[in-house]
Amino acid sequence: MVTLRDLKPGERGTVIGYTDDDPPGRLLEMGLLPGTSVEIVRLAPLGDPIDLKVRGFHLSIRQHEAAHIQVERG
Amino acid sequence: MPVASIPAETRPRRIALAGNPNVGKTTLFNALTGLRQKVANYPGVTVERKSGRLVNTEGVEVVDLPGTYSLNPKSLDERVAYDVLVGRMDGEAVPDLVLCVVDATNLERNLYLVTQIQDLGLPVVVALNMMDAAQEAGLEIDVDGLAKRLNAPVLPLVARNKIGLDALLAALAEVPPVKATAAWDLIPAAEKPVADLAAQLDAEVPGLPERRCRFEALGALSSDLLLAPWQERAPQFHQAVLDARADLEARKVPYKQAEMMGRYAWLGPLAADVIARHKDPSDQTRSDKIDAILTHRIAGPLIFVGILVLIFQAVFSWAGPAMDLIETTVVALGSGVRSLMPDGMIEDVMVEGVITGVGNVVIFLPQILLLFFFLGLMEDTGYMARTAFIMDRLMRRMGLSGASVVPLLSSYACAIPGIMAARTLSNERDRIITIMVAPLMSCSARLPVYTLFIAAFIPTGALFGVIGYQGLTMFSLYVLGTVMAFFAAWVLKRVVFKGSSSMFVMELPPYRLPRMKQVLWRMVDRSKAFVVRAGRIIFGLSILLWFLAAYPKTDTDSALESARAEAEATYQTQVQNLPPTADAERQRLAEARDAQLAEIDTEVAGQQIRQSFIGMLGHAVEPIMRPLGFDWKMSAGILSAFAAREVIVSTMATIYSVGEEDDEPVLLRDALKADRYPDGRPVYTPLVALSLLIFFVFALQCMSTLAIARRELNSWKWPAVMWLYMFALAYVFSLVVYQGGLALGWGV
Ligand SMILES: Nc1nc2c(ncn2[C@@H]2O[C@H](COP(=O)(O)OP(=O)(O)O)[C@@H](O)[C@H]2O)c(=O)[nH]1
Repeated sequence: MVTLRDLKPGERGTVIGYTDDDPPGRLLEMGLLPGTSVEIVRLAPLGDPIDLKVRGFHLSIRQHEAAHIQVERG
Repeated sequence: MPVASIPAETRPRRIALAGNPNVGKTTLFNALTGLRQKVANYPGVTVERKSGRLVNTEGVEVVDLPGTYSLNPKSLDERVAYDVLVGRMDGEAVPDLVLCVVDATNLERNLYLVTQIQDLGLPVVVALNMMDAAQEAGLEIDVDGLAKRLNAPVLPLVARNKIGLDALLAALAEVPPVKATAAWDLIPAAEKPVADLAAQLDAEVPGLPERRCRFEALGALSSDLLLAPWQERAPQFHQAVLDARADLEARKVPYKQAEMMGRYAWLGPLAADVIARHKDPSDQTRSDKIDAILTHRIAGPLIFVGILVLIFQAVFSWAGPAMDLIETTVVALGSGVRSLMPDGMIEDVMVEGVITGVGNVVIFLPQILLLFFFLGLMEDTGYMARTAFIMDRLMRRMGLSGASVVPLLSSYACAIPGIMAARTLSNERDRIITIMVAPLMSCSARLPVYTLFIAAFIPTGALFGVIGYQGLTMFSLYVLGTVMAFFAAWVLKRVVFKGSSSMFVMELPPYRLPRMKQVLWRMVDRSKAFVVRAGRIIFGLSILLWFLAAYPKTDTDSALESARAEAEATYQTQVQNLPPTADAERQRLAEARDAQLAEIDTEVAGQQIRQSFIGMLGHAVEPIMRPLGFDWKMSAGILSAFAAREVIVSTMATIYSVGEEDDEPVLLRDALKADRYPDGRPVYTPLVALSLLIFFVFALQCMSTLAIARRELNSWKWPAVMWLYMFALAYVFSLVVYQGGLALGWGV
């Protein structure tokens, strides 16, 4: 199973779901939903958090949350 | 249609401005209201309520709601926006019209909130802002198409250049009819339960619009926070929601995601239809290129540190001349008033209470203004979010969050703006921890205390001949406070908030050129808030302290009384013996007499304070402070420092009767060094000074901080804990240093 955490900077993926039953509402409201395409733009200087590009804007989330987001590469 | 022909009933009287953060809502609010703005607070919460009169109208009120991503509130700010829109805010009527500000470059996410507000059944006008940025990004938006799909007026706008403002104002002259709105669907498995709940709510609370019932049912279903209020208003509905949750959970229906998925499933195709892209969306934008440098692995942190150094440099040295100027002005004003008013109690209150009190507040203004200027600049450019991005990992290790960086840095200037800046933290745990440790950062009110005692008692030599002991001590004090702040945060996280987790989901908005007017405006706004909030307390306490130091009035010592008479008499006899032409000589004698009288006056003042309430209090707490090496004078000084820490300097000056000359610190320094106990031991040794310095690093000697913390946390519990733990730190550390030092024989 690939999660957002496994993607490297520059890679893209499509969200297929969350590993926990009760995903954080804020992530969903920001549009990180099944079917949404995301790009890992870069990691913060210390490796965490991550800068994502979703639906045309930049969103920063922690590796911890990224590990709960299942994706498909590409 | 000319405004005059619109019937009065359909003209809005109250317009609310709603939108995501960073969409230009403040800019538009300023353009819509001009300078006629009012800032107040919502009842019971610390969130600001900004309102103003719509330009060119008589009585139309515009209210700027806090920025919010959705109507499922996650932070205090968002809660306020939600409460106002659903009519649950005390003393606040539901707006007649909601002006939704959306960012044209980011339509999907922005429209999420718009469709939610439409579901409330409120009339909506959409301001499609940042059209210039959209064009630059190669986005062409079919405005009419969008208006049709949303079934609401959509007005394209460039708020910062006021392009499109006239058309928007015309559209705001009339409340548009509420039409059928976004026809989005829930996932099928959730559709029926939600419809049933909506019907249940409709039956129990008649009069809600149909879409609204569905919206409330969905909200209650997915969030405990939104469910709670129904327990009283609609108990059956409340129970039905709980039952539905159990049922949906048993069937493994992802109902909590139902709303988000439904809305985005509708918004995705809509955005695709109305937006024509003329550039490859994966092209690097200007903002992306800037980010590649500012959040670069190596350059990013270096630039961040560079910016910090610049801000510190500004706050601590550029503010210096202005602060000196304020100080001399206050002193001059005091003597001016003294010479104009008749001697007596009113004069004393005016000079030593009121003028000094105002001075104690205003002296901080230069630093506060500069600090707010830089913070505003960081916010307006979008760099603020990057500081959180860069620092998050480090801060998290210590129990904080990236978003704690700015509040903590501000606290080096003053804990009050720091605590106020913590509002941006959406996680309650992080916010409380940040506020609780912010006062440990050495604020600028500690600086005069550090300076005095370091200059007096720390040797001037240098370690290895390069690092001066005095500078090293100063630096260590800052480090000590900072390290302890992190440690306290770590303990709070491990012990008090054990197990609770925090999330970090933050938008990184595009970089934008700052607007000076906006930055300056915000700076003035916030500084005003500082003066009003902190000012009242510092001012009140200054007057109280004046009273405690001035009463009970002592009878002037007869020895001093006769000394005064003698000085006068000597002068008179000397003058009489002079030939009438010796003007210069007469002048010299007069000056000598004045100097002598001034000396006697300071002696009298010293005697007064020694026998005043503050002197008594000093004596009363001396037994507690003695193990730290403090005598009653230092104890009195520490007590007086509650108004503002640096007040200890002037209190000590009064106690030691060194007068209020320009060179007072130098005189005070000498007086401190010369002070002896009756048995001949010096009162101050470097060890005592060190103990006192450490006490000031830790102790929460600031009423205003406590008051602000109470406001921000809405209870006395946390401020009480704050004061106690900081006092305990101060006491224990000073005790260990002093007693340890004595045991090692450093006490002489
Ligand atoms: N390019 C562009 N920038 C804008 C426009 N309106 C506001 N801004 C900028 O967007 C940033 C955020 O604006 P602000 O009013 O503070 O947003 P708020 O957080 O929604 O209150 C500021 O730097 C503004 O100068 C606009 O129409 N076009």
